Amino acid sequence: MENANSYLSTKKLSKFFGEFLALDNVSIDINAGEFVCFLGPSGCGKTTLLRCIAGLEVQSSGTIIQNSEIISDLPTSQRDFGIVFQSYALFPNLSCFQNIAYGLENLGWDKKDTAKRVEELLSLVGLSDHIGKYPSQLSGGEQQRIALARAIATSPNLLLLDEPLSALDAKVRVHLRQELKNFHRRLGLTTVMVTHDQEEALAIADRIFVMDGGKIMQSGTPEDIYANSKNPFVANFIGMTNFIEGEVLNKNVITIDNKQIDFVDHGFTKSTKVLVAARPECIDLTAKNEKNMFDGTVVDVEFLGSFLRIYLNTSIMPNQRLIVDKPMIGNFDKSIAVGDVVGFTMSPTHLNVYEYDR
Amino acid sequence: MLGRKSKSLAADKSDKIGRVLVFIYLALFFCFLVLPLFALMSKSMQNADGIFIGLENFVVYLKDPTLFKSFFHSLFVAFVSTVIVVFLGFLYAFALQCTCIPFKGFFRVVSLIPLLSPSILAAIALVYWFGNQGVFKELLLGNSIYGPIGIIMASVYWTFPHALMILSTSLSLSDARLYEASDALKASKLRTFFTVTLPGAKYGIISTTFVVFILVFTDFGVPKVIGGNYNVLATDIYREVVGMQNFQMGAVISIVLLIPALLAFALDQFFRKRQASQLTSRAVVYVPKPHKVRDNLLLCYCLFITALVLLMLGMAQFGALVKFWPYNLSLTLKHYNFEVAGLGWDSFYNSIRMSLWAAFFGTVIIFIGSYLIEKMRSDKSLRDVLQMIALMPMAIPGIVLGLAYIFFFNMKDNPLNFIYATMIILVINTIVHFYTVSHLSAITAIKKLDSEFESVSLSLKVPIYKMFFRVTLPVCLPTVFDIFIYLFCNAMTTVSGVIFLYSYDTTLASVSSIHLDEQGDVAGAAAMAMLIVYISFLVRGIHTIISTFLMKRTQAWRNI
Repeated sequence: MENANSYLSTKKLSKFFGEFLALDNVSIDINAGEFVCFLGPSGCGKTTLLRCIAGLEVQSSGTIIQNSEIISDLPTSQRDFGIVFQSYALFPNLSCFQNIAYGLENLGWDKKDTAKRVEELLSLVGLSDHIGKYPSQLSGGEQQRIALARAIATSPNLLLLDEPLSALDAKVRVHLRQELKNFHRRLGLTTVMVTHDQEEALAIADRIFVMDGGKIMQSGTPEDIYANSKNPFVANFIGMTNFIEGEVLNKNVITIDNKQIDFVDHGFTKSTKVLVAARPECIDLTAKNEKNMFDGTVVDVEFLGSFLRIYLNTSIMPNQRLIVDKPMIGNFDKSIAVGDVVGFTMSPTHLNVYEYDR
Repeated sequence: MLGRKSKSLAADKSDKIGRVLVFIYLALFFCFLVLPLFALMSKSMQNADGIFIGLENFVVYLKDPTLFKSFFHSLFVAFVSTVIVVFLGFLYAFALQCTCIPFKGFFRVVSLIPLLSPSILAAIALVYWFGNQGVFKELLLGNSIYGPIGIIMASVYWTFPHALMILSTSLSLSDARLYEASDALKASKLRTFFTVTLPGAKYGIISTTFVVFILVFTDFGVPKVIGGNYNVLATDIYREVVGMQNFQMGAVISIVLLIPALLAFALDQFFRKRQASQLTSRAVVYVPKPHKVRDNLLLCYCLFITALVLLMLGMAQFGALVKFWPYNLSLTLKHYNFEVAGLGWDSFYNSIRMSLWAAFFGTVIIFIGSYLIEKMRSDKSLRDVLQMIALMPMAIPGIVLGLAYIFFFNMKDNPLNFIYATMIILVINTIVHFYTVSHLSAITAIKKLDSEFESVSLSLKVPIYKMFFRVTLPVCLPTVFDIFIYLFCNAMTTVSGVIFLYSYDTTLASVSSIHLDEQGDVAGAAAMAMLIVYISFLVRGIHTIISTFLMKRTQAWRNI
């Protein structure tokens, strides 16, 4: 598992809060220059992991290695990182200039160099005009960028972002996440971001670590974890998924509701109960009578701008409604109304199969 | 379960400094609060020769009907005063918060004046109004002002602002939406008052009840001056210790005084916690609408109360300037010589010096202590202990603390014996006595700071103590000033805490006032008490000017 390009890694990192296990043997490897997201629901341990890397929490066991050096026992002030918090934690009584210069002054920079560096950083985040303003005079997005400038002022080799976009309006958020990505492209700084917003993680990260219950559930590129979710948790947490019960007939075929679906090789043995995961956009509504076509009754239709979301009652998902997303342009031009009975098919190459354990 | 135990934090230099400070605080609290109280308790279980005799002293106490009667006297005056103050205070707070009467600012300021005066001032003024030579003596229908009537009247006067502050706050928190709902449901004004206003202020009323009860129950100055032969617990302690040199009985009565105070304090804490959880939802601020009859009635009421406050104050000042009450009413400054008691102005200067020291060191110690408790990352359990101890002084009557200090610091083999009978012990006693309120306001201010400031600072390699001076302190400056002035005013006016602790060189103004009164120089006592009012007023004025000026410079970021 040793990775020559590894910049930051944890080895069997565990953290207890009293009896509560917040991190359970977490081993991760982050490459130099990578933009990585820790993604998961609240309480999954993502923030704890970040805080352990920063030395703001101390692991119960395990080690953290940064730049080939064991840092797990170093105090916060001796670790090499910059951090931006959800609240930004800008010092309210200091101006933007003073906030950004805060770390530099302590390093003994003289006035001229400090001023030059602060101006450079302000222009980097596009806020040169705000140099003398106090945080309360800035919008949330601007505060966030000042916090970012402050975090990288002392040129750390690692940038930690703790839900940096969560406190912002939806539009600003989308804009700033693009800026963050640009920012990362320009500086090439190894960056770790914690977020609970899967869309954000998909949009921004080179690699995502999906976490739940203090464990890493899956890591990989956004495309990879979306298309090839390793387990039902990830499939359900990243995007939307319909889970359909089925049974293995042989290594290439799964039976769903007496219909046989062909798979390339799903890897389960005969008679195993399985869950077949189908993304809403991977289900095709069809008017023709095709092989392996299922049918369902439309119970609701939501118009969501670029696509329609259709909810079906169907015998293959007796306890839940099946969700189908249809782009507004394309080959399906028939209007759909509540009460219609429609046929649909699922393309095996877009399906994932998990063992059904209940 | 190896690994379950969280390892201690990899310590930054800042953490190490913090830890050392926590231990210093624990040691200080131990020396200046816990051990003296322990000394008091052990004294109560000793005979005159210092031999342990268990609860024998308490048995003697219970069997002595005169001593035991004082307990009921204390309960009685505290109970009656509390009922009156809560009623008057609620009406006044209601007028200020929930009506549209004019001059609210004036009413607020006047009603807070008693905070600047020693509690004995009211007692002295009452002597002039209703005493044997009093102007309105007849109004008492033959009853003497020296006794429960006087104690209750004076107690109501000086505890009024304490009640008003709590009640105003709780009424100001009322939610406008409840009033709108009540209006929409066509409830009458009266019904709205009983179903919305009153329940909303419920915890404020409960809290006021306990606070006022403790204040009156444990007060020494008022019953000393105007109690006459009506003994209460606090004056009993003084008489046993100073008059009869019976320290053991003094200790016993102290404990009798301490227990109800502790009980009331514990109940108050219990109710406060419940209130805190009630206030989490975001309320809309209630803005009162005019209502002619109600507003006019309450305006008259407020005028009446402020008139009473000013009459008390005015009479004390007038009495201090009159040549020979009530026979020669020409004015003179001779009572300001304070020569009768042989004390002169020294005690006044001592008081100022003591108050400045207490305010300065108290503010520094209390603010840093609160910061440690609130923001340190390690040693959670030690910090919890510290927080618990910091709340204790509120429950301990000043006179009990003072007596405890004598027992502890007067012990020959106590290495801290050298502070006995010095200015230092007065300063320390005052800081400890008034620790809790300041501590709580500091905690509130520090809690408002972003919890990640420390983390950001450490990530930028700036030690916490640098950040403390660069960010924490400047941001909390208004609170720091408030703590300073609170400590100063209380140090100027306190009697009960220091009555046992001053020496010939360190007499204080408030104590002198009592002694002047004891020697029959009521005018001198009034003059001294009024000096305290003026200096408190002056310092508060200076405080307002300085803080306005400093606020402009350091808090500019706030109002943008």
